[in-house]
Amino acid sequence: MTDTLLSIKNLHAGVEDKPILRGIDLDIPPGEVHAIMGPNGSGKSTLSHILAGKPGYTVSEGSVEYRGKDLLGLEPEERAREGLFLALQYPVEIPGVNNVYLLKAGLNALRTHRGEPELDAYEFLKLAREKLKLLDLDDSFLNRGVNEGFSGGEKKRNEILQMLLFEPTLALLDETDSGLDIDALKIVADGVNRLRHPDRSIVLVTHYQRLLDYIEPDKVHVLINGRIVKSGDAELARTLESRGYDWLRAEAA
Amino acid sequence: MATREPEVSDFLDQRYQHGFYTDIEADTVPPGLNEDVIRLISQRKEEPEWMCEWRLESYRRWLEKPEPDWAHVHYPRVDYQAISYYSAPKSKKDAPKSLDEVDPKLLETYEKLGIPLHERAALAGVAVDAVFDSVSVATTFKEKLAEAGVIFCPISEAIREHPELVRKYLGSVVPQGDNFFASLNSAVFTDGSFVYVPKGVKCPMELSTYFRINAANTGQFERTLIIADEGASVSYLEGCTAPMRDENQLHAAVVELVALDDAKIKYSTVQNWYPGDENGKGGIYNFVTKRGDCRGRNSHISWTQVETGSAITWKYPSCILRGDNSVGEFYSVAVANNYQQADTGTKMIHVGKNTRSTIISKGISAGHGQNAYRGLVKVTGGAANAHNYTQCDSLLMGDQCGAHTFPYIETANHTARVEHEASTSRIGEDQLFYLRSRGLSEEDAVNLVVNGFCKTVFQQLPMEFAVEAGRLLSVTLEGAIG
Repeated sequence: MTDTLLSIKNLHAGVEDKPILRGIDLDIPPGEVHAIMGPNGSGKSTLSHILAGKPGYTVSEGSVEYRGKDLLGLEPEERAREGLFLALQYPVEIPGVNNVYLLKAGLNALRTHRGEPELDAYEFLKLAREKLKLLDLDDSFLNRGVNEGFSGGEKKRNEILQMLLFEPTLALLDETDSGLDIDALKIVADGVNRLRHPDRSIVLVTHYQRLLDYIEPDKVHVLINGRIVKSGDAELARTLESRGYDWLRAEAA
Repeated sequence: MATREPEVSDFLDQRYQHGFYTDIEADTVPPGLNEDVIRLISQRKEEPEWMCEWRLESYRRWLEKPEPDWAHVHYPRVDYQAISYYSAPKSKKDAPKSLDEVDPKLLETYEKLGIPLHERAALAGVAVDAVFDSVSVATTFKEKLAEAGVIFCPISEAIREHPELVRKYLGSVVPQGDNFFASLNSAVFTDGSFVYVPKGVKCPMELSTYFRINAANTGQFERTLIIADEGASVSYLEGCTAPMRDENQLHAAVVELVALDDAKIKYSTVQNWYPGDENGKGGIYNFVTKRGDCRGRNSHISWTQVETGSAITWKYPSCILRGDNSVGEFYSVAVANNYQQADTGTKMIHVGKNTRSTIISKGISAGHGQNAYRGLVKVTGGAANAHNYTQCDSLLMGDQCGAHTFPYIETANHTARVEHEASTSRIGEDQLFYLRSRGLSEEDAVNLVVNGFCKTVFQQLPMEFAVEAGRLLSVTLEGAIG
């Protein structure tokens, strides 16, 4: 048994009868930052959704092991409590629910699972304010409805705020860079870099190399047509930036 | 909910220390309705002659009326001659002897709502002489109210003690011939509350049926009359989150509110009567007429309701905005789960100049529940600059339920502004996944979405009621998803 946090073996999955992932193999050791890149429709979001347990997908073959457990057998909330976090590409609005309520309820659910005492309102607020500052957000952000009326950039920052609070063991960021201006991108990248830790792995799912200018990945994987067609180091991302995906498509075919 | 401030729940539990009074009367009138029965009721209540005449007149109006069938609800015909119109509470003989004989499901619900042990027996109808420590509390309250000059008593007492007020206002908002159920109620009502707040007095406390002595509020034909004189204000809370069993299937209450110049009345209801079982058997028919009259200038009437119980709800708390600059409000959460049917909404009748009304209706349908919003906004010719804002939102849980909206708008004045917004949404898989992926259980996720949906209405409730209402909703909708 190697030292692996997440191990995906021959994963085939899709929506209804339509196959999307066609045999993914991927190992992520603790402490590493991996980038999964690929053109639109390659299956990047599907992969992150399946890992987080989003309903609507069928896994037809293969397995996913996370911290020695069968990940696919866990409910979404169990995965979250086990330290898996997915920053969504399109975070959902929950009208009428205060952001602070969700953040506190979420954090306390994780703490309870880890056998730690829940934070009271005062302790939580103190912690939340620290994290808000890192993301250049002010306190009023806590008292708005969850993602309700947020701009695209605010929604993304809210995801990163949750990630900073929850301190996951495995963080999946699904196209967190899309729709961000350069200042927001730097803030988000800074937040991610702060989380880098020998016990924590981060998976960046992205279409562009841009984010990787600010977060240096240990490994880069290229996903095309539901398969990882090439893996390499940060240099691979730069090659993709200049050459695009077509040469790999040709290779994969 | 996953987390709740301890102070709030402490406060909640306190509320339940105050019990209610159970009047054990021995006599029962045989089933059936005729003029003799009405005379008998009036006699038993020791009413003056004018009251008896008023009842008889109502009865004659009732006889002329067909039962309404326009609501979006279905139920077998009620046999009005099979009902006993003056009866003692459920006979002790048939009542459970102890909590051991009570449906465990009901007890489980009490547990979840946080109702103290000593009250569960009474709520479940156990035949023990329930002893509550409410007398001293109620006495303190009565003294405080008397000091302020506020009259708060059972309506039967008011008929005897304050006939001039009752004669002046009873039936002045909901006339005897108003509708089938109101006429029936006017003929046979046996209990309810009476409130009079004199000129310039701000009622020193929230009035709740909880603190009313000698008048259990589960009467089959309840009659409530609240008058706020010039410059007075009062907040009245009706109902209770604890589910109560009741042998009477048909409930037809009438509530009348009168607000004179510069007066304000806030009326909040949490209704959680037995809705029937999962298959729709049993359950209470709740056919209620509630209406407020903003009779004076600058008067203000606000209805807030959280309706989670009953098999059938037929209820349209309304405002007649007669006085210039008067304001009417209606905030509602109505839940229809399992086989419940709700047809509820409001009427805002703009008569005076510069009158304003707001309608916020949140309907939640789950299981096989059918939920209808029915509302009328009417602007008469003289109501210059009238303004209404209506927002109707429906939330669907599951694919067997239904939500229906029937808004009626009639305007006869071109300066009126009437706005209507409506939305229907299914509780989102995406929302639930999002919350669960943050570590919340599915049940907590559903509760959070539902409470968020109802927030603008809950905010109108007094604080402790709002927390209870949230808890009640989660118990009501338990298992509605998944």
